[in-house]
Amino acid sequence: MTVLNSKIPAGPLTEKWSKHKAAIKVVSPANKRKLDIIVVGTGLAGGSAAASLAEMGYNVKAFCYQDSGRRAHSIAAQGGINAAKNYQNDNDSVFRLFYDTIKGGDYRAREGNVYRLAEVSGEIIDQCVAQGVPFAREYGGTLSNRSFGGVLVSRTFYARGQTGQQLLLGCYASMNRMIGQGKIEMHERNEMLDIVTIDGKARGIITRNLVTGEIERHGAHAVVIASGGYGNVFFLSTNAMGCNGGAAWQAYKNGAYFGNPCFVQIHPTCIPVHGEQQSKLTLMSESLRNDGRVWTPKKKEDAIKLQKGQMSPNDISDEDRDFYLERRYPSYGNLVPRDVASRAAKERCDEGFGVNETGKAVYLDFKYSIERLGRDVIEARYGNLFQMYEKITDANPYNEPMQIYPAIHYSMGGVWVDYNLMTNIPGLYAIGEANFSDHGGNRLGASALMQGLADGYFILPYTIGDYLADEIQTPRVDMNHPEFVKKEKAATTRMERLFNIKGSKSVDSFHRRLGNIMWDYVGMARNEKGLKYAIEEIAKIREDFYKDLRIPGEFNSMNIELEKAGRVEDFLELGDLMARDALNRNESCGGHYREESTTEEGEAKRDDENFTFVSAWEYKGEGQEPILHKEDLVFETVELTQRSYK
Amino acid sequence: MADKILKELTIRVWRQKDAKSKGKLESYKINNISGGTSFLEMLDILNEELINKGTEPIAFDHDCREGICGMCSLFVNGRAHGPDNDITTCQLHMRKFSEGETITIEPWRAGAFPVIKDLIVDRMAFEKVLQSGGYISVNTGGVPDGNAIPISYDDAEEAMDAAACIGCGACVATCKNSSAMLFVSAKVSHLAKLPQGRVEATRRAKNMVAKMDELGFGNCTNTGACEVECPKGISIANIARLNREFLSATIKE
Amino acid sequence: MSSFLSSSIGKKLIMSLSGLFLIVFVLVHLILNSFLMFDSTGELFNAGAHFMSLPIIRFGLQPVLFGGFIIHIIYAITLTLQNQKARPQKYAVQNLSNSSTWSSRNMFVLGGLVLVFIAMHLMHFFVPIQIEGNVHDDAQLVKALFTNGSMGLVYTGLYVLGAILLGLHLAHGFWSAFQSIGFSNKIWKKRLEKVSYFYAIFVAAGFIIIPLYLHFFA
Repeated sequence: MTVLNSKIPAGPLTEKWSKHKAAIKVVSPANKRKLDIIVVGTGLAGGSAAASLAEMGYNVKAFCYQDSGRRAHSIAAQGGINAAKNYQNDNDSVFRLFYDTIKGGDYRAREGNVYRLAEVSGEIIDQCVAQGVPFAREYGGTLSNRSFGGVLVSRTFYARGQTGQQLLLGCYASMNRMIGQGKIEMHERNEMLDIVTIDGKARGIITRNLVTGEIERHGAHAVVIASGGYGNVFFLSTNAMGCNGGAAWQAYKNGAYFGNPCFVQIHPTCIPVHGEQQSKLTLMSESLRNDGRVWTPKKKEDAIKLQKGQMSPNDISDEDRDFYLERRYPSYGNLVPRDVASRAAKERCDEGFGVNETGKAVYLDFKYSIERLGRDVIEARYGNLFQMYEKITDANPYNEPMQIYPAIHYSMGGVWVDYNLMTNIPGLYAIGEANFSDHGGNRLGASALMQGLADGYFILPYTIGDYLADEIQTPRVDMNHPEFVKKEKAATTRMERLFNIKGSKSVDSFHRRLGNIMWDYVGMARNEKGLKYAIEEIAKIREDFYKDLRIPGEFNSMNIELEKAGRVEDFLELGDLMARDALNRNESCGGHYREESTTEEGEAKRDDENFTFVSAWEYKGEGQEPILHKEDLVFETVELTQRSYK
Repeated sequence: MADKILKELTIRVWRQKDAKSKGKLESYKINNISGGTSFLEMLDILNEELINKGTEPIAFDHDCREGICGMCSLFVNGRAHGPDNDITTCQLHMRKFSEGETITIEPWRAGAFPVIKDLIVDRMAFEKVLQSGGYISVNTGGVPDGNAIPISYDDAEEAMDAAACIGCGACVATCKNSSAMLFVSAKVSHLAKLPQGRVEATRRAKNMVAKMDELGFGNCTNTGACEVECPKGISIANIARLNREFLSATIKE
Repeated sequence: MSSFLSSSIGKKLIMSLSGLFLIVFVLVHLILNSFLMFDSTGELFNAGAHFMSLPIIRFGLQPVLFGGFIIHIIYAITLTLQNQKARPQKYAVQNLSNSSTWSSRNMFVLGGLVLVFIAMHLMHFFVPIQIEGNVHDDAQLVKALFTNGSMGLVYTGLYVLGAILLGLHLAHGFWSAFQSIGFSNKIWKKRLEKVSYFYAIFVAAGFIIIPLYLHFFA
C-alpha cells in the first residue's frame, strides 16, 4: 500500500472542486491576522499567492533571490495564457481544456487537478483584467485570442509577445499594494537554504541574505515553495541564470517527496549553441513554426559543406532539402508537439545532417511563406522575433533560414503535492512549476502561466485554510527554538564547507560538466546504459566538486560564486535523482523518451500497463538510495490512447 | 554567421568592495572573444579567468538574459545598456566592438541607486515608488468578467506600450539629472489608460510623485535621453501624461 | 497647494509657466525692435519706447516681468542644485550626444549666459532710458551703440552672440514648457518640437538681423 494520499475528493469530476471547497475549513478574519505564511519565490505562482493571502488577512513574508519580485522568470513567457472562456464561440469548454491538457501531458497527470485547473482558468483572466493587464483587444473592445500548438480552439489570451511579463507585473502590483500596507514583508536578494520543521510541521526557513552574506531565520505557520523549475540542471537552458531547484530540493531533503523528476520539457525552437563559452540559450517563440518550414539537407556532403561554412543554405535546391517533419508526420507537419519536433531535430543532427559549425542546428525557413504571403505579412507576424534573432546571430531571417535547435525549457516534475497543494510535510506547500502537478509528461503551450496563477490566486488561498484552521492556537514560533538554531548552524556549515574547499576550479566549470552529461544522457533521448553511465559520471563530478571547487571572495558578504556553488551542489544531487527516475521509467512518455520503448517506426511508445503512476521519491539521507513511492493515476473520465501525429 | 574574433580587448571596470568602500576603475585584458558572444558572456569568460587566477570575479546583476527581466544594468562606454539601441545589456553582442578597443563599464550612477558591490546597484527606490501607488486597488476574486468593460484597441495598445517597462533603471542612469520620471510615468500611464485603473489615476499620480521626490531622484528637464536609451522604447509622451495627471490631482484638491 | 509647489512637477510647472511668459515677452520685444528697421527716422521705435515708459507699464507690468525673470532664475537654480545632488558620483565616461541635444542638456548654462547678456543689455538701454530718463531719441541711442566706431562692431558681435544663446535656450525651452504642463503626446510632441525650432530660429534670426542691419546700413 502506498504512503501517498493524493486526497482527490470522491465524486464526479465536475463536482470535485466545488464539493471540496465546501468541505474544507476556513479561518476567520480575526485569526488570519495571527497567522504568518512564508512564500519562497515571487513568480506568477508565488507572487499571486503572496498577494492573495495578504489580501485575505494573513501576514506574508515573501522571498526572492532577485533584486525585485518583478524579475522572476515567469516574466519571460512570451506566448500567452490559456483559459476556457469560449469567447470565440468555437465550442471551447472547461472539459475541452481539461481534456487537451490531460492528453497533451500524455496521461501522466491527475484528472482531478487538471479539471480544477481548467475550471478556474476563466477567473484568472477576469482577475488579470481587473488588475490592469493590457491584454490584446479587438476593435470592438473585447479580448482577443490566438490559437496555440496542439489544440483545435482559440483560447490563448496574450499581451503582445510579453504575456508573462504583463501577468507577472499584475500580481506584482497586487503584492506592492500589500507591501505598502504592511501585509507583506518582502525580502529581496535572499535565498532559501533550508526548511525548519518542528513537531513534523513546516515552521520556517533559513535564508542567506545575498547582500550581507548573513544566514537568517524566518518563522511562520506555513511555508509555500514557489521557486520554479530546475531546468538549469542542464547548465544551458532557456531558464534565467539564477533559476534553481534549491528551495524544492531542500523540501525534498527535509522529507517531502519529489515527483516525476525525469519529466522536463525540451523546446524545439531555440537559437543554437554558438560556442564553448555560451552561458544561456534564447528561446524563439513556438509560433514561428506556424509559418516556417523545418529542414536539413538531404545529402550529407551538403551538410558537411554547411558545417564548414563553405556553402549557404540558399545554394541548396528544394529537391535537396529534407523537410523531415513533413516527411515523417504528414498530417501535423511542422506543427507537431514540442517533444516530437525536438526529437526529430536531434535525430537529424545525430545522423550528421546538422547545419552549423557544431553540427547541432536545423533550419527554420520562411522563404516559402514569404513567397506565399509576402514579406509584409511575415513582418507583421514575426517582426519582433526576427529582429531579436538578428540582434543575437547577426543573420537576417528574411534572407536566409533561421538556425534552431532544441533546448531545455520547463520542468513538469517537482515537489509532490496532494490535491490541496500540500507536500507530505504538514504545512509545507508547493505551487507553480515547483510542484509536479498538472502537466504530466509534457506541458502544452500557454499552460504554465495558467497553472501558476491558478495555484496562487484561486487554489492555495482556499486549501491552505484547511490546514491553518487547526493552527490558530499555535503561537508564533520562537526564533531561538533548537530546531532553528540547528538548521541555521547546518546551513552555515554547508556554506562554509563549500567556501573552504579552496580548490582550483570555478563553480561554472562543474556546472558545465554536469550539464553536458545531463544533456547527452538524460536529455532528449535516454537509455539504460546511458542513464547508468550518467549516474556514475555525476557521482564523479560531485566528488571532484567537493575536492576542487574554488570560491574567491569573502564568506560574510556578497559572494556570487558562493551563491552559485550552493545551487550547483543541489543540481548535482538533483541530476542524479533525475537519472534514477528516468532509468526507472522504462517507457516513452511526453518529454521523457526511452529508446527501449519505441514503436517499430521509432516513435515514442507509452506503457500504460506498467507506468500509469506518479513517481514520488523519498530522500533517505546522504549516500543512501532514494526510495520510490508510486501514486497510481486513476482515469475515471478519459480513455488512454497512444498519441499519433502521422 | 561566421563572426569576427576580437583578439584583444581592454575591459575597464568599476570595482567596489561594498556599499561603504570607495571604488575605482580597474583594467583587465581579455583575448579571443567571438563577435557572437553576448556582452555578459564576455564578462562570464573574464570572470572565469579571474577565478582561475584566484581573484574575486566582477559582480554584476543579470538574470533572464533575454532582455525582459530588467535585472541587467551596466553603463558601457558612456551609454546605458551599451552601444546599441532598443536592447538591454544582455542582448548586446561583442560584434558591436572593435579590435583593441577599451571598454569602460560602470554601474548605474544615481544617489537613489547606491552601489552594493562592483557593478551591482540597489534599485529598491523603484520598488518603493511602486508600493506607493503603482497598482489598481483590487483584491483577488469578485471581479467582473474580462469582457464586461470594453477597452478600445488603441487604449489597450497605448497601455501596453507603457506597461512594457522592465524597471531596469536605464532612464535614471542615462538622465543627466538622475530623474525617474520615465519610469514613474510609464506606470501611471499604463494604468491611467485603462478604465480599471482610471478610477484612482490622479491619486496614484500624486502618491507616486511624492514618493519619487522623497527618494532623491532628480527633476526632469525633458532632454529626452531616457526614451532613446530605454530598451523598450517607452515614450516621454508618458511624462507629459504624468504631468497632466499630477496637475489635475492638484486642481481637484 | 504648498505640497504641489514643493514637488518636482510643481517646480517644473513654475519653470514652464514663467518660461512661457518670458517667451511672450521676447516676441513683444522683437516686434518693438523691428520698428528700427521699418522706419529709418526712428519715430516709430521712439513711440514704442515711449509707450513702454508709461507709468502703467513701468509700475504695472515691469515688476511682473522682472518677477517672471526672478522666479524663472530662482527655480532654475533650485532645480539644478537638486539635479546635481541626485548624482553624487559622476560617470567616468558618459556619452549623451546620441540620446539628447546639447542645448537640452545645457539649459542652465545657456540661461546663465543669456542672463549675463541681459545684464549688459539693461546697462546699455534700460538704465539710460528708463532709470536715468535723460534720453530723448531712443532710436538714436540704439543706433549709436552699434555704429559707434570699432566698439560698434564689438557690440554687434555680442548682440548676435546673445541672440544665438537665446535661440538655443528657446529651442529646448519652448516645447519643454508645453511638455511640463502636460500639453503633449506622441503626436503633439513632434509638432511642438517643430514649432519650437521655428520659434527659436525666428527669434534668434530677428535679434541677429537688427544689430547687423543697424551696424551695416543705418
